[in-house]
Amino acid sequence: MNSEGPNRPAGRRDSAGILAAMKAVMLGDLKSSFRQPRDLVNPLLFFVLVVMLFPLGVSPEVAFLQQAGAGILWVAALLSVLLSLDHLFRHDFDDGTLEQLVLQPQPLFLLVLAKSMAHWVLTGLPLVLLTPLLGVMVHLEGNSIAVLCLTLLIGTPVLSLIGAIGAALTLGLRSAGVLLSLMIIPLYIPVLIFGTGTVMAAGEAAPVTGQLALMGAFLVLALTLAPFASAAALRISLSNA
Amino acid sequence: MWQLFHKLGSPKWFYGIASRLMPWLLWTGVALFMAGIIWGLAFAPPDYLQGNSYRIIFIHVPSAFLAQSVYIMMAVAALVTLVWRMKLADVFVKSAAPVGALLTFLALFTGAVWGKPTWGTWWIWDARLTSMLILLFLYFGAIALGSAIADEKSSARAVAVLVLVGVVNIPIIKYSVEWWNTLHQPATFKLTEKPSMPADMWVPLLMAVLGLYLLFGWLACLRMQTEILVREGRTRWVKELVRPGGNA
Amino acid sequence: MAFDSFDAFVAMGGHGPYVWACYFVFFALSLVLVLWSRAQRKAALQGVARRSTGRGETDTGKAPADFVRVDSSNH
Repeated sequence: MNSEGPNRPAGRRDSAGILAAMKAVMLGDLKSSFRQPRDLVNPLLFFVLVVMLFPLGVSPEVAFLQQAGAGILWVAALLSVLLSLDHLFRHDFDDGTLEQLVLQPQPLFLLVLAKSMAHWVLTGLPLVLLTPLLGVMVHLEGNSIAVLCLTLLIGTPVLSLIGAIGAALTLGLRSAGVLLSLMIIPLYIPVLIFGTGTVMAAGEAAPVTGQLALMGAFLVLALTLAPFASAAALRISLSNA
Repeated sequence: MWQLFHKLGSPKWFYGIASRLMPWLLWTGVALFMAGIIWGLAFAPPDYLQGNSYRIIFIHVPSAFLAQSVYIMMAVAALVTLVWRMKLADVFVKSAAPVGALLTFLALFTGAVWGKPTWGTWWIWDARLTSMLILLFLYFGAIALGSAIADEKSSARAVAVLVLVGVVNIPIIKYSVEWWNTLHQPATFKLTEKPSMPADMWVPLLMAVLGLYLLFGWLACLRMQTEILVREGRTRWVKELVRPGGNA
Repeated sequence: MAFDSFDAFVAMGGHGPYVWACYFVFFALSLVLVLWSRAQRKAALQGVARRSTGRGETDTGKAPADFVRVDSSNH
């Protein structure tokens, strides 16, 4: 793939190869999602719909929505990410690209990390961008909305990374969606607790740097550990298929 | 040393050992557990705060303790499955998961029912109960994934990955839930008052915990024997077992 | 004894229904699990027995090969 001269140091070439491969995987995912915009749009619509259910189903009163708003948006975002995990690996699995990916010389966990990041750009990031609008609809204050966006910005990548483990484990199984939810939601709970807790603290004008730092720690932990589990799970699922 | 390790991984060896261990585990377990329960129910003094409802502790704490221990044992077995590919380790995981799930449910049920006379409600979202509820779902996830994958080896490794991911998350979940709980409740109610328990209370409790451990050991052996029979049904040693004169 | 009479023991100072409900559920569900596990083992043993008597004692678990005897002697 790299036609470099013989004097090029091998170490530099290997790292360039790995980064190039990761970039290729990410760009490939981003490009193919534009060809099938359904995967991009559905989770966003789902997000809005779920948020809409709460004023309709419980109460449209300002007091209730202000108190519950952060939680409603976080839960809706969590469910939207969960819904979108199905297509993280499935398209590649169906057309054989996934097996190619596993056979690449580059470490699989890095390629999985690239895929998870692409997934976040396509799912989590649009959710964060849509949050201010929905925040206004549930009567959240400006400061709360800002902190909410921040917690979602840090938290949704964690959801994508952990979700990738579940998606890899349930690849090719019947009723994968329900099984995935059952397996992954318990693992999502800490992120949810701190995501909403931080916004509540902001609402009471309490300091939030501690909680945000903790969420950052979750992100770092997920970035470093989750891809290994996902890679192992992919190999297991592919050997089973 | 490797011989011992290899032997440990042999289903046939385990089946024999289990058969010999089981009666001992069962009877000492029953004796210890029932002694603890009866002492706690009939002979331990009533609690000055909670009266007699605290006697639920003698089955609540052993259930909760075991529910968490069993998951950790499963995690260790999961590691052995992934690293050393030992079949017996996966046999343990498959056998222990439903038992752990039941113990978690019993801990939840007894904890909830205990809450009614203590706090006046059938359910309370406190840190301990909520963590237990999440643990129950971790068990369900492992059981569901295991039964969804048909191939034995893939199923073993997939469940192992999931259980390991779960065990890494358990301290995070506990910490998060406790933090969440302090946000929403002025005081934390403690279901057990271990430091201030007189010997009349914690000795029967300890007996009940140890007894339940032994009983779990017995049940695990039993269930592992079943799993081994199913997996190794076509081997000669299993067929010898079922012939009249063999000791199944 | 921590109780004055058997009735007091059952009543548990008013908390009787809670305490006994817990103990009952604990023992009932545990018994169900134990009995079910024993039934599973019995079924597994029976399954092995059925298969081995049905097919004869082969290690491979496959049906014994059918050989047709061919007389190649020159009588």
